Amino acid sequence: MIRFLATRSLGALVTLLVKSFVIFALIGLMPGDPLDMLTQANPDATPEDVAKLRAIYGVDQPIGARWWTWLIQALQGDFGYSRAQHRPVLEIILPALGNTLILMGLAFVISTIIAVFLGTIAATRRGRAIDRVINLIAYTGISVPSFWLALVMIYVFAVRLGWLPAGGMPQTGEGLHGWLVRLTLPLLTLVMVEIGGLTRYARSSMLEVLGQDYIRTARAKGISTPRLLFRHALRNAMIPVATIIALGFGHLFSGALLIENIFAWRGMGRLILEAIMGNDYNLALVCLLFTTAMILVANILADLAYSWLDPRISLGGRRR
Amino acid sequence: MSDLLDRPVSIWALRRRRLADDPAALLGLGMLVTLLALCYAAPVFEAWLDVSATETDLLSRFDPPDATHWLGRDDAGRDVFTRLLLGGQTSLSIGLLGALGASLVGTLIGAVAGYARGRTDMVLMRITDGIISLPTLPLLIILAALDLTKLGFTQDFIRSGAAGYWRIVVIVTLLGWTGVARLVRASTLALAEREFVLAARAQGASAWWILRVHILPNAISPVIVATTLAMGRVILAESALSFLGVGIQPPQTSWGSMLTNAQDLISTAPELAIYPGGLILVAVIAVNFFGDGLQAAFDPKSK
Repeated sequence: MIRFLATRSLGALVTLLVKSFVIFALIGLMPGDPLDMLTQANPDATPEDVAKLRAIYGVDQPIGARWWTWLIQALQGDFGYSRAQHRPVLEIILPALGNTLILMGLAFVISTIIAVFLGTIAATRRGRAIDRVINLIAYTGISVPSFWLALVMIYVFAVRLGWLPAGGMPQTGEGLHGWLVRLTLPLLTLVMVEIGGLTRYARSSMLEVLGQDYIRTARAKGISTPRLLFRHALRNAMIPVATIIALGFGHLFSGALLIENIFAWRGMGRLILEAIMGNDYNLALVCLLFTTAMILVANILADLAYSWLDPRISLGGRRR
Repeated sequence: MSDLLDRPVSIWALRRRRLADDPAALLGLGMLVTLLALCYAAPVFEAWLDVSATETDLLSRFDPPDATHWLGRDDAGRDVFTRLLLGGQTSLSIGLLGALGASLVGTLIGAVAGYARGRTDMVLMRITDGIISLPTLPLLIILAALDLTKLGFTQDFIRSGAAGYWRIVVIVTLLGWTGVARLVRASTLALAEREFVLAARAQGASAWWILRVHILPNAISPVIVATTLAMGRVILAESALSFLGVGIQPPQTSWGSMLTNAQDLISTAPELAIYPGGLILVAVIAVNFFGDGLQAAFDPKSK
């Protein structure tokens, strides 16, 4: 267990290093140049001044050298400043990360529970009307543009019915009620988009398990259906679903990015888009790295979940 | 069943028959063909109804539907119905081209990795896994916003509408090939062990010949299914990018770019925000219906 965590974390760190270079290089290809932005406000700047500034800031260096300098500073905990907000990027990112984790974490838990429940029902009532209805819900979930669904939700619940606010963060003093009211629409949208794919996997995985001999044996012993489903079948059916959930973490984040932007939820997704659009590249860079790190951690957690769900899978890669 | 025993049936005839028995797949295919036909008939509708999908008319903004403007006019006085068709041309063709491009690249990389094995395989699969675990949408946004002059393209090319269009096709190809690469690699690994490949190699066939003649035709079925399903994802990705303002740029239009200022219009002219998204939903559902039907028809174990 400890050894598994150590090797996986080391692997993830190496991956993160490689990705930090790729992202760094991509950001370097974005429009504009840090010094153009610095000097365009100053009409007195001569070309010599600009060249001098370039040397001071190291912008004249090749991309590899710039990445190395940046990396050394980042490893010392200095992630630099945001160009637009004139604050250290960590100070900006950490609250946003919290907000995103609240939204994504809740969406993840709720959509997993709903999807497994719907998938189980569909599998046990295969071919009946309820199976068809659940199937249609799942198809809609994977086919709907999430940002458009968010707009429809705003139209229905905020514009027409006026039940919920169209977006924004809870104000200080609004307390738990404020959080609930502001979270409901983004959360609902994200869950509706997420359950589509998950329900389909849960259903097919459940169908496979229900066809196995031990289920027939358990049924022959006279076990009650709920107990059969939730004690015997569900645990095995969850193993392939866990893979999908882990691989789907990036998908969940992409969904959150769009939804945060529409509902003005101050999370990482909104921050990334603002940073990219506002040429605030250092902020964008660090945001992307945090997001990538988040996905890597989720993948490691999923591997831990497998071995918990299926003790036959040993973490060291050897069969026990 | 009886005619299955009577005479030999080719695998493709069998699959076609199974597909023809699947109402959802046929419905999906039907919807898709209808949408494509309607969208590419946009000029016909424009001429027949004497309306314009592109000419702005600021005196007729938000006009309600009438005899020739079937769905009314948008925030710049353009005809909404024909503009939806025009946008559909972009959305659907990008979906098709992006899915084909991603499959082509994925097939190539998967086949090379699976056939060469060893270090080549390891490097290619590491790259594949690396791309899979990247946050897709932020990366798509960055790629869509890259300054192409820094990559050596000319200003004239970048300003042309074609650049915006092909940029989307290229970036969904660059990020979308990984699934197909894994599928093809797995098939290639298995097929390369078979006797007919060994026989071909013993006769001195080149690796390229073996891949093209013996391996890829046998590995193509899952790729066809994956390409179909990928088309739905590409349409969604294009719409998201255009909605965020980094995809298809005016004066070009797509269903996603028609939604760019939908959020501002949602309380004043909600139907302008509803139509394009509804069409995206219908198109992607149709693609998914058809793709799942193909999958079932290709899978000998199903039913």
